[in-house]
Amino acid sequence: MDFELTTEQQDIQRAAREFANGTFDKDLAMELEHHHRFPREIKKEAAKLGFIGIHFPEEYGGQAYGNLENCLIAEEFCRRDSGIGLALSFCCFGSGIILRYGRDDQKKRYVLPLTQGDAICSGAFTEPDHGSDINLLFTTAVKEGKEYIVNGNKIFITNIQEADFAVVLCQTNPEAISPRQGQSTIIVESNRKGFESSFLDKMGWKMSVTGMLSLNEVRVPQENLVGEEGQGFYQAVGYFNEIRVEIGATGIGIAQGSFDRALDYAKKREQFGSRIGDFQIIRHKLAEMATRIEAARLLTHKAAWELDKGIANRKLISMSKWYSARTAVEVADEAIEILGGHGYVLENEVERFYRDARALEIVEGTREIHKNAIARALVGKG
Amino acid sequence: MDIIVCVKKVPDTREAELIITKDGKDIEKGELVCDINEWDRYAVEEAIRLKEELGGSVTAVAVTPDEDEDLLRKCLAMGADRAIMVKDESFRGSDAHVIATALHHIIKDLPFDLVFTGVQAEDDGYAQVGGILAGFLKVPHATLVTQIEVLERKVQVHRELEEALMEVVELDMPAVCTIQTGINEPRYVSIMGIRKAAKKEMKTLNTSDLGLTEEELGDSASKVKIKGLSLPPSGKGAEILKGSTGEIATKVASILKSKGVLA
Repeated sequence: MDFELTTEQQDIQRAAREFANGTFDKDLAMELEHHHRFPREIKKEAAKLGFIGIHFPEEYGGQAYGNLENCLIAEEFCRRDSGIGLALSFCCFGSGIILRYGRDDQKKRYVLPLTQGDAICSGAFTEPDHGSDINLLFTTAVKEGKEYIVNGNKIFITNIQEADFAVVLCQTNPEAISPRQGQSTIIVESNRKGFESSFLDKMGWKMSVTGMLSLNEVRVPQENLVGEEGQGFYQAVGYFNEIRVEIGATGIGIAQGSFDRALDYAKKREQFGSRIGDFQIIRHKLAEMATRIEAARLLTHKAAWELDKGIANRKLISMSKWYSARTAVEVADEAIEILGGHGYVLENEVERFYRDARALEIVEGTREIHKNAIARALVGKG
Repeated sequence: MDIIVCVKKVPDTREAELIITKDGKDIEKGELVCDINEWDRYAVEEAIRLKEELGGSVTAVAVTPDEDEDLLRKCLAMGADRAIMVKDESFRGSDAHVIATALHHIIKDLPFDLVFTGVQAEDDGYAQVGGILAGFLKVPHATLVTQIEVLERKVQVHRELEEALMEVVELDMPAVCTIQTGINEPRYVSIMGIRKAAKKEMKTLNTSDLGLTEEELGDSASKVKIKGLSLPPSGKGAEILKGSTGEIATKVASILKSKGVLA
């Protein structure tokens, strides 16, 4: 057993840290947050340096590293700034399905602009009536001639207002014996007629502009189907394994970033004649925060390491996802507590880290859903 | 254009609480994050830019008592072509003369047109290695360099003097330049750079490979010996302003006005 990152992984981690420290400016972040703007310039720069899609194959603009290296970057980016970090970590959300199951021409056409240019995309799975339960979808794609006609509504779609395209999970065969066997993923470009998005203001994660997607008689060529018909549900489940581990990594980054700020404050802030970091209650808070972060990091790094070995360990992935997300929320909450009034004002960042962290417990499976998955692995189907 | 850049790893002490070691001659570095000396980072960038423009090679060189491979990997990832590290415990406590001696032993057998060092190191601030090295190599040198233009077998450099006064000098090549911060904007390390660095040559030598004797190394050979380090006493007269940025700015403005600095 070797718990040490390779020298190359350490270099990647350091490069990501230096880039984030040098370019994720606090005032810029507050400005972007306030106006719900995606950090486009930073994304472009990050793509140029190879940080975006580091785990994608080289021929599609990636760097051929694995999930673990991608997690190290997500962690460092979110540590410096939760908002910019999340925006950059999920600017390619959905494209992993094309990479895993799509044709070569689809990968070149849709993935290359993400890793090399300034394109961003969305994955559209959730519907107003189907969140954790995506067994039967109301979004349909019906073949007509050489096209699909797509109709339906999707909700809570990350990046949707700025995305160049969305990977949309549709019901292509409503009569399949099991509804999930009748689902397919279809790429829908945002400039197609009938593709409309609307804005949803939310508690945090504001630099990724989330919204509703309404598809009204949208015609897309049949060549936009990813993989085979009827495979959509299974493609999504496979891809979510990867994304859930990445969410764990963003959670660790947010937790670490909150901790850094709390530690720094505890060492400098003086009350009753001594540093608050000398008071046992604050010391214990810091000790607990650091312990939780380390535990979440070990879980997530192991989950990513297993993915890179070709093991999709659903139990471990669920553990890493809910625990890291919970850790982010708890540590950010304690950071606010340590900073007191200063923690509640915008310019000290930890309140934003807290708001951003809260989303991680909901997206890609609530913590309840993940505990169900873990329990299923432990005691069987309930 | 073959360029050799000498680099050093230093602890980042900007936000740190400094603790003096028991022998009183150093600071505790255990908890400090170490990275490339700021001036050296500009020197590496300048060397790579010149290579990219004119062709040739960049060799990064470090003389160190510690395992500083990561420092050289960073130089390679930025774009240096090869790296040489001479690691020996006896370099601990060495003065600039000893370090320059070791660098001279490495460089004298390499082809080079220019040697860059940083103007000074963030940790000890001596600003001597470049000058002594030029003496050993018997080549001209310029300090505080903020601009470089390569001419036919000559190099024209700008030197930054006090009060923003600029001196332009011409040196015959080969030459040594000590590079000032701000000469360029050092690049971030890219993932592509890290991948390439993994395939580049990194040579690790010891002092006997260089033919250096014990008499030439370490504390005993150093002509400048550290007697002690101390932290500044907390003086009176300093007023620490507290409050929000706005409140502090208002207080600063009123103090400056009261002292007659501002009208």
